[in-house]
Amino acid sequence: MPARTVNAALAGSLFAALSIVSASAAEDKMAGKEKCYGVAMKGQNDCAAGPGTTCAGTSKVDYQGNAWKAVPKGTCTTMKTPKGVGSLEPIKM
Amino acid sequence: MSAATQTALAAALRDTGRGSPAQASSSGQRPDRRFSVYRNNVAVSLIGALETRFPAVRRIVGDDFFGELARAYVSQHAPRSPLMMTYGDDFPDFAARAPGLADVPYLADVARLEAARTRAYHAADADPLPASAFAAPDGALDDVRLTLHPSVEVVRSAHPLVTIWAMNSGEAELGSIDDWSPEDALVCRPAMDVFVRKLPEGGAAFLQALAGGATLAAAAERAAQDAPSFDLTENLVGLIGGGLVVAIETPSQQGDAP
Repeated sequence: MPARTVNAALAGSLFAALSIVSASAAEDKMAGKEKCYGVAMKGQNDCAAGPGTTCAGTSKVDYQGNAWKAVPKGTCTTMKTPKGVGSLEPIKM
Repeated sequence: MSAATQTALAAALRDTGRGSPAQASSSGQRPDRRFSVYRNNVAVSLIGALETRFPAVRRIVGDDFFGELARAYVSQHAPRSPLMMTYGDDFPDFAARAPGLADVPYLADVARLEAARTRAYHAADADPLPASAFAAPDGALDDVRLTLHPSVEVVRSAHPLVTIWAMNSGEAELGSIDDWSPEDALVCRPAMDVFVRKLPEGGAAFLQALAGGATLAAAAERAAQDAPSFDLTENLVGLIGGGLVVAIETPSQQGDAP
């Protein structure tokens, strides 16, 4: 693209973007700013921001793993595609 | 403590077969048993640090599997810094190579996203430029360079990363995912809160080019090459409205004036 065309395209996009941003700016003005509390990440409190600080000591020997005996079975089983789950079901004749 | 003593202690902490180092048993009885309590506390604390930093990964694979994964990582990766918030920076790469994860190929990307969130949380503060700063940039627009907020990170993924993360972090309801299209994630902390956003097509290439020092025009062109459907206006709205820019460098400020 010639430089002048790029510049014109950029200017047009920037103008459009600014009008969209300024239209939504009023409602967003306070969002995330000027907060005295609630500054931690969602789902993570201050402890979470500085892990390893708790005294999680135990005399139970918990160090040796069972070399991958476990299989993933958390929420991954819920999120599977309907197709994937469906293939495990018996075929209906 | 001498370097040799430290090395022996560090090795004994990781290797359960070693027993206690000689230095740990100058007094008292059953030093091996006492040392194993200490060794175990080290491991449990580090596993706890990973659990805290990667809650979505843990939810996805479940507590048992995560425990195994974390244990394996901890046994091979001693902390390199006393700052525990940095522990696990390479846990995503470890998870990508770990066995038993064929059913969850997206797991390493979720870990990358969670690691990026912690880095964004602890990144330097900077004030995003207001939209008005973009209204009248000096000189030719295409030669403008933008300085992105220090917290900005892009995580590209071949999986619906943002949807998966949202479902496992309480941002969205958990359910089956019908659309497994790729999603690139933006992580940023323009003010106090860390945000995760799904980037529009080409948005990742656009931001990465800008972060690499490309001019606005060059970045837009690279993004259009990456994704033909790249929408410059949409991406500028995200860039400016999202508070991702902290400085505009116009050509007149670059280099030495003649």
